[in-house]
Order: sequence, then C-alpha cells, then structure tokens
Amino acid sequence: MSHLDGNALAGVLSEVFTFDPTLARARCANCYSVDVLARAMVYVDGSAFVVRCASCDAVLATVMDGDGRRWVSLKGVSAIEIPR
Amino acid sequence: MSFITRGFSGRSHDRDPRLPPGQTEVSDWPVLSAGPTPRVDTEEWEFSIRTENGAHTWTWDQFMALKIDDVSTDIHCVTHWSKLGTSWRGVSIDTLFEGIETSHDFVMAHSYGGYTTNVPLDELLNGQAWIAFEFDGEPLEAEHGGPARLIVPHLYFWKSAKWVRGLVTMPNDDPGFWEQSGYHIHGDPWKEERYW
Ligand SMILES: [Zn+2]
Repeated sequence: MSHLDGNALAGVLSEVFTFDPTLARARCANCYSVDVLARAMVYVDGSAFVVRCASCDAVLATVMDGDGRRWVSLKGVSAIEIPR
Repeated sequence: MSFITRGFSGRSHDRDPRLPPGQTEVSDWPVLSAGPTPRVDTEEWEFSIRTENGAHTWTWDQFMALKIDDVSTDIHCVTHWSKLGTSWRGVSIDTLFEGIETSHDFVMAHSYGGYTTNVPLDELLNGQAWIAFEFDGEPLEAEHGGPARLIVPHLYFWKSAKWVRGLVTMPNDDPGFWEQSGYHIHGDPWKEERYW
C-alpha cells in the first residue's frame, strides 16, 4: 500500500488549527471521558501549559514556548472533534 | 571612547562565572507546577530502584538510616533562572546503588503524580545526584517536591524530579514527560541544551 508524504497534511492541518480550540471536544485516552477543552484544568509550569482531564487528572496536552519556538503535544487525547 | 571600553569590561566582570549562558540569578525560588501538588505522608512514602534483576524498596525510616550527605550546589532552570549556593541534605544515588547490578545505561525517574524524566545512569553516580529531603535546613516543602525529590544539579532543573518515588533502569535513553514534549533529551545548562 502506498503512502503520501507529510505535505499531504498541509490542507487538513491548516483547517485543524483555525478553530477556537476551547470549543473542541476531546476524548481522554486515560478515562475515555469526552469534554470540551474549555473545561479542562490548565496548569502553568514556567513557560508551558499542562492541560489535564477534569475527570481523572491525566495529562491531555502540553503547549510549551521557548526561545521563540512552540511545541504542542496531545499525548493524552485519543481524538478531538473539531467544530466546523 | 573610554566610556564604551569601561562599559564592555564592566559587563563581563559583573557576570558571575557560576552562571551558565543565558541564565539570570534569582534570590527567590519560583514554584513551577505541571499539576496538583501530591501530598505524600512519610508514613506512606516509599522509594524504589528497579532493574532488570529485580527491585529494592526503602521506607522513609529505612531511608533515613542511610548515609546522608550535605550538598551545596547551584541550580539552573530551563526558563532562564539560576539559584546559586543552595543547600540540601539527602542520600546520594551512589549509596542507593551499592549492591545493585544492572547492565542498563539509562534511568527513568518516576514521581508521585505521574511525572517522569530520563537521565543517563553514569550522570547520577559519582557524587552527581541525590534524593534530597531537606532544603536550607528545613524539611523540603511539598510545593518544592517534598517529602523527597531527585536533585541532579549539573543538568537543567526539570531533571530534578519533584516527589520522586523511584528509579527504573532502562537499556535505551527513552524520553520522559517534558523530553517527549519539547525539552532536550539531555539538558546540560553549560551547552544550553534546552529544547529539541
Ligand atoms: Zn480522563
């Protein structure tokens, strides 16, 4: 089976990152609850945000800024429903 | 002209040679928190080292009976602050590894609350790292990682895991919590190993 290279993501990802993320509903990969990100618990760790599930405390996501760069992890999210 | 010359030389003399590049000295101690502060009673606290050959576990009382070191050291946070001349008491990782055999070269530190961070084993040994339970002569506060935290002062302070509960050896240098999410796999402040 053939596959495309990462450039194929350009269209879909530019769509993903144009919505207001707080309105997106995310499923926690730890407890499987589904909730809008606006209800998640956000801790500020230096120049990073740690987003935790309101139901089980597990880490859903991190956003870290440093030296003019930004890293985003959705390590604890199994899926996000994007408002469109 | 002399004004400019004086300005440049004055600047280099003002900078404390203990400060790695890109760091500024602070006198307070900023509290950073990636989550709720775990409150672990010393009655419940346990510390363990797990290798491919099995596990060693200490209770708080057993831990306090080990050889305790006084440590004076500088600490450097990746967010550009350093705290110079801090005083700690704790048990060295050398003491804890006495009698423990492993063929693994790397360690994952695990904390109460779920935090993890990876460190090469040879950078935890030879007087380079401790499990510390006192800061400035006082029991380490929960906000700063008490009852006990790892300190690895020669690496950026995210490696010094708060609320540490164990070390697990591993054959590969797998990334811990922040190393997976942007921080450097190693974290040497003198080389400014801050991010990927
Ligand atoms: Zn959850």
